[in-house]
Order: sequence, then structure tokens, then C-alpha cells
Amino acid sequence: MKQPISFKLNGKPVTVAVNGDEPALTVIRTYLDHTGTKYGCGLGECGACTIIVDKEAVRSCMIAAEYLEGKEIITIEGLSADGKLHPLQKAFIEHDALQCGFCTSGMIMNAYGLLLQKPKPSRAEIITAMDANLCRCGAYNRIADAIESLAGK
Amino acid sequence: MNTDNMKDLYFSDYHKPVGYDRRKFLKQLGGGIVITFFAGDLSITNAFAQNTPPADSMNFNAYLRVKENGRVDCFTGKIEMGQGVITSLAMVLAEELEVSVYDVDMVMGDTELCPYDAGTWGSLTTRFIDPPLRAAAAEAREVLRGLAAERLGVSQNQLDIKEGTVYLKNDPSRKVTYAELTKGQKIVKSLGEKPAIKKAGDFKLVGKPVISLDAEAKVTGKAKYSADIKLPGMVYATIVRPKVLGSKKLSVDASRLSQFEGATLVEKDNLVAVIHEDPEVSKKAAAGIKVTWEAPEAKADQETIFKYLEETITQNRVFEEKGNINTGKTNSEKWVEATYLDGYKAHAAMETHTTTCYFEGDKLIMWVATQSPFGTRKQVADTLGMPEEKVHVKQIFLGGGFGGKGFCMEAAEAAIIAKKCGKPVQLVLSRKEEFMYDRYRPAGLVKAGAGVSGGKLTAWTFDIYCSGTRGTEMFYEIPDFRTRDFNKGGVHQLFTGAWRAPGNSTTTFARESHIDVMAHAAGINPMTFRLNNLKNENMAATLRLAAKTFGWDKAKKPGHGYGIALGLDAGTLVALIAEVKVDKETGVVKPVRIVCAQDMGQVVNPHGATLQTEGCITMGLGYALYEEVVFNGGEVKTTNFNNYEINRFSVTPTIVSVFMDKMDAKPQGGGEPAIICVGAAIANAVFDACGARVNRMPVTPDRVLEALEQANKA
Repeated sequence: MKQPISFKLNGKPVTVAVNGDEPALTVIRTYLDHTGTKYGCGLGECGACTIIVDKEAVRSCMIAAEYLEGKEIITIEGLSADGKLHPLQKAFIEHDALQCGFCTSGMIMNAYGLLLQKPKPSRAEIITAMDANLCRCGAYNRIADAIESLAGK
Repeated sequence: MNTDNMKDLYFSDYHKPVGYDRRKFLKQLGGGIVITFFAGDLSITNAFAQNTPPADSMNFNAYLRVKENGRVDCFTGKIEMGQGVITSLAMVLAEELEVSVYDVDMVMGDTELCPYDAGTWGSLTTRFIDPPLRAAAAEAREVLRGLAAERLGVSQNQLDIKEGTVYLKNDPSRKVTYAELTKGQKIVKSLGEKPAIKKAGDFKLVGKPVISLDAEAKVTGKAKYSADIKLPGMVYATIVRPKVLGSKKLSVDASRLSQFEGATLVEKDNLVAVIHEDPEVSKKAAAGIKVTWEAPEAKADQETIFKYLEETITQNRVFEEKGNINTGKTNSEKWVEATYLDGYKAHAAMETHTTTCYFEGDKLIMWVATQSPFGTRKQVADTLGMPEEKVHVKQIFLGGGFGGKGFCMEAAEAAIIAKKCGKPVQLVLSRKEEFMYDRYRPAGLVKAGAGVSGGKLTAWTFDIYCSGTRGTEMFYEIPDFRTRDFNKGGVHQLFTGAWRAPGNSTTTFARESHIDVMAHAAGINPMTFRLNNLKNENMAATLRLAAKTFGWDKAKKPGHGYGIALGLDAGTLVALIAEVKVDKETGVVKPVRIVCAQDMGQVVNPHGATLQTEGCITMGLGYALYEEVVFNGGEVKTTNFNNYEINRFSVTPTIVSVFMDKMDAKPQGGGEPAIICVGAAIANAVFDACGARVNRMPVTPDRVLEALEQANKA
């Protein structure tokens, strides 16, 4: 039997009925129609589903729905909620740090999580923080450049 | 996304169902100026040799429309999967039509709106879609110039055009915009003769870097992929898969299905699926279905496959031959033979195969992550026994393809399920299914033999098993040589198919490794040896550009090595030089720096070409160093990224790409060529660093240590 849970999604309070053990990814993508967050592997191995939960980047495919109760969630849609691109999004465009775009939401959210924790990461810290996010098209160097261009800004 | 919000699709989308008849379609297209390009009208028709459209689709192959608001629709059967043609095609159109590239709307891969196209692969788009598009755009420009001349009461040669505005050369205040000219017009014009296309010197946009036009949609999460489509009443399908490929269903025990309210079993032949309106319930319910399968016997695993292929395949054909190989062999001072091995490689695009579809009456509408919308339409229609015009494949972004989405098994599966259950269906393959059903780059081996005398290659034999002959035309000067192609249908127990530059990564690894072996046998450094033996002057020039950019003569740091590889793919010449660092204790190879020089003719978007080159090299490092599918017969043991290592941030080296300046030449392929040289350049650099000659990809630490041990023994 599904039970309602409530949390903040991109600044807005939401309530959604869940069994509790579903991946947060399904709650966000399917139940709440926020499709910017992607399914890539289902095991937390690729990072395409990365979202921010209480200021920390997490793999939404690896956390259960019930864990979202009372939390503050930010997804890719929340970064430019006011209609203006977030500096990270701008940096990704300027560095053309993407090709097919499927890993991009996860990359940006993981980078956003890093910058929330550490506003001035070194190149080495960026690489370490991003290393478990996979991109098959090969945009790694450009993504690192894009994040580095914002470090400390 | 709900159907109500269909208009929010990033692409220009047309909701009115349109008929199969393209003339009828043109009527429905509304106002504006439409330029169609009819097959057979231009001498470049042979460029379409890649396409063999059904006869009733031959009406025209390309078209564009200048709309009444002055914006331009560009219709193409090609799709966008990250390779950037959404930008480069818009650029050539904008260049010839004299509009801003930001005023071009790309309508791609919709089987009812776009001209027939066999598929987006083979680095063909820029080579073969560019010319008719440029011609059509130039034609449209001249039609608009004619209309402007009438409107302004002047002759055409008094007019100039810039950014969609036609004005008088000697009085720019007298002007008229494309929007004004197009308003209320309905002109459909076919290309009668070849219009004048700009020369490189007149380019305003082509050759200049343009940031990907789809970047903003992708950084905001707005770009739509097949799994982002949500239809009213849609169910999510989970298919019960066997453990072993090629298994036959014997029996199904669905007794536990009743535990899941609303879950329904769908069965047809070998297909067993569960549907539910909640994807999580669908997955859980499917896990409870017990199917008994009869699996085929395993014939090989990832270790025994090479011996198996060599023993099983006896038929061959001579692909290329010159002189007499026996004479050449006898005349060689030194003769060296070696066998080079390459296992199965997965495409591993970040987006798994996905289809969302629904029936509207007897018509099937689908969003498929396919590199071949028209091929998928045919495949689905054939599978379901429907006429092709009853299947409509719609435009959608792909989350990577690399050749792996040329065939979409799941599209037919989703369609069968949708037909059986009468509801809209979404089928997203899990990562495990994606690995299992991938159409891998086939495992292959190459038996190479070569002779040298006095620093010159004198003889060469190249027997290729399962990797094909793409890009293997001989570009070294060798008096006696022979290339043979060994293959046999049905020899693989895993699905195989086109993987970015099909087969060419395997054969280039073999050839360029063996060229290095011969350079060392001749006692000459691999750079000089190649330059002394190349017959293709363009290739030599490309190598010199790579050497200069890399700084080939610079001293190496201890433990570092340099490796070269040359290759030919999709009309493009590639010279790649890698620097690696090898840890002799652990055998770990760390790529440090890669320089890639290419002669790809005219580079339409240097920025896009650079992205593709970087992508090829980054992806290529995976097959060179980490990727290998583990299997036994039809049982694929590779299931996810935790046991299939692809390249990552921390091991990606500095990458520099440079292009030969050929702006007046025809553009060549850009999406694949650079990937072919990565394996050999890495292997040759490893040898240079530590003396380990690894003849099998990926060049893993174990293989480096084993080769080191062998080298020390010798």
C-alpha cells in the first residue's frame, strides 16, 4: 500500500505516494515528471541520475523513496528555475562540455554538489569528485575545464 | 512528458498526422518556400549510393522550407546522437541561404516529415547530406533574391543578402526581409540544375567554430530522449530475459503474478513480458516469473574465442594484392610474423535502448532511440505484419549511439506489447540487458607478416579474421603484399554489429603495431621508418603535422614512451601520437598526452570536429586499455559499468587535435576516424616506454607484465 511522503523539490513542497523502497530516481522521473534526471545503470556506477539531497550530490538510483521525506531536493530543472541559466550551465555551454547530453544533468548536479561543499576546488579535487561520473562521448576534459572556470567564483 | 505538452518538445514538431505520400505532405506543409532536391537531378546523386530507398520514397531526398516568419526548417532523415550534425548541417544551410544559424530549425529523423535515409552512421552525414543541402539552400536564396528584385523593382544583380535581409548594394536602406518575402507565398521548387555554391573564400560561417546548438537544451534537462515521453495510460514493460543468448522458451510459470495488483503478463512466441503502470511494480512482478529456457551449447569464452575463430573460419577472399608475396618474402632480409587479438567491445552508450510507443487506431507512433528511423520503421512493420506507412517513428534525441543503435530490438518488442495490451508502452532496457543484447564490435584477430630490406618494407601479408577490411587499403609502399578477409556468417554466439569505425580499430591496431615491430627489426625509429615507407603523400604530411604538434624529438621522461599510429577511415587520414607512462612493477599504463592530426578535407565546424576527435580518443582509450566483454558461449557475464571499465576523468590525458588546412576540398568523415589509431598508438608507446610488446587489446596491466617477462627472457 502506497503512503504519501513530502519533501521539497526545487524549492517547492511536493507530496507523492510511494511504497517506500522505490529508487528516488523513479519518484523524480516517473511519479513527478522531472525527466532531466536520467537512468544510466541503476547501480550507482555512472552518475547520470545524480541529484542534490540536502546540499549533497547523491545517486538517485541508489537511495530509497522513503529517505526523501522532509529533505530538500534539487534536480537539473531546479538550477535554472528562475528562467536564468546557472553559472555551471553557462560554463558547460561555453566549454561545450557535452555531446549526446545524456550524462550532462548528472555531471552538472555532481559538480554543483562539489561546489556547495567546496567552492574553490583544485583541478585534482575536481577530477576526484567527478571520477565516478561516466561520459561515453568523451567530454571529460571539457567538463573539468568548465567546473574549474567557476572554482572560486 | 504528457501529450498535452507535446508542443514543448525541443524539436519543431508537427502534430497533424500526415500521409505517406510526400506530395500530399507538401500540400499540408503550409506556406513558405520549399526547395526539394530530386534524386537524379544533380551529378552528386551518386553520393547517395549509401541509400537504397524504396521506390515510392524516391520523390525527393532533401528539402528545406523558408517559413513565413523568416525562420528556416531543415528536414533530414539523419538523427542527432551527440555527433553534432544538428549544428553542422544548420551551418552549411545558413551559409548558403544567408541567414543566421540560430534561425534554422532542424527537423530530424521523423519518418513522415523527413526524406528517406538509411541511417546515421559511417561518418556519412557531412560527406553526403552537405552537398544537396548546400545546393537547396543556394537555390532558395536565389528564389528569394528573385522575389526581392520584383518587390523592389530592381534587377537581381543589384541586390545583396545578409542575415535574411535582401538589400540594394548601393542603397542598403532599400531592403526587404525573407519573412516579408515569404509571407503569403507558397512556392515549391525542385532543384533543376546545380546552383552556384560558395567557395571557401566566401564563407562567412563554415570553417568558424560554432558551439553546439543543442547545448542549452541539454544543460537544462529539457532535451527529450525516448524515455522522457510519458503518455496517458502508459504502462511500463519489463521483459523476462534468459541467462543465455539464443535460448528457446520451454515453459512459463506466472503463478506469482497475482501478488502484484494490476500486473499483466504479455506473451508472444519467445517473448515474455510484464506490464504495469508503475515501472517498479513491473520490474518486481517480472522478477517473480519463472521461465524455463533451453540454452544453446557454449562454444567459446573470451580466452578461447581467438583459437575458435581461427579454426572455424577457413573461407577467405583476397581483398587487395600486389606483386607476388612469395617473391617478396624470399627477397626480404628479415621476415617477422605476429598475431594480434582483440576481444568483443560494447557500445555502452549512456542511454540504454529505449522505445515509447502507442497505437492510434491501426497506426503505430513511436519514439525510438534509433540511429535508423526508417530502418526501424521497416523492422517494426515487418515484425508486426503492418504496412510501413502505418508506422511513424518520431524525432527524438539519442543519448549516444556509436553504431549500437542501428538496430533496435526493443522497438519491435515494445510494439508487440503495445498491440497485445492496447495501451501506450514504454520499454527501457536495463543496463544488464543493454550489455547482453548489444551488437558488439566482433572479436577478431589479424595474422600479420612483413619483410624489410635496407629500411624498406619489401613484403606484407595481412589475414583479417572477423574485423572486415574497412580502411585497410594499403597506404605504405610495398612491392609485394596481400590482404585477405576471413569471415563466416553465424560464427559468433554474441550479437555483433557496427561499432564506431567498424573493424578499423582492430585492423589498425594490428597493422600499426606490426609496422612498429618492423621498424625496430630494421633498427630505425618508428617515425622515420613510416615516413620512408609511406606512398601516400597526404598521409606523410599529416604525420609530419602530428610530429610537429607533438614535439616528437623532445626528450622523454623516465618511464615514458611515445607511440605512433596511422590510419584511414571514412575518407579521412589520421596520424595519432600518444605519450604514456608505464609502471613496470604493476604494469599499469597511464596515458599522458595524445596529439591527433587529421586530413578530413574541408572542416565545416572546426569546433565540432575537435569535439568529435576528443570523443574518439577518450572513447578509444577504453578499448585500448580497459574494455573487454566477459562471456561463455551466449552467456554474457559483463553486466554493468562495475565490470566493464570505460574511460574516466582521472585517466583522460591531455588531448590536442589539429587539422590539415583543406578548406577548398570536399568534407570527409569526422565522427569515427580518430578512434581507430588509439589502440596501436598506446601499444607502441607502451613498447617504447618499457619494451613490452602487447599483441592483444585491451593492454591490461597483466598483459604488460607478461610481455615484459617475455621481453626479459629474450
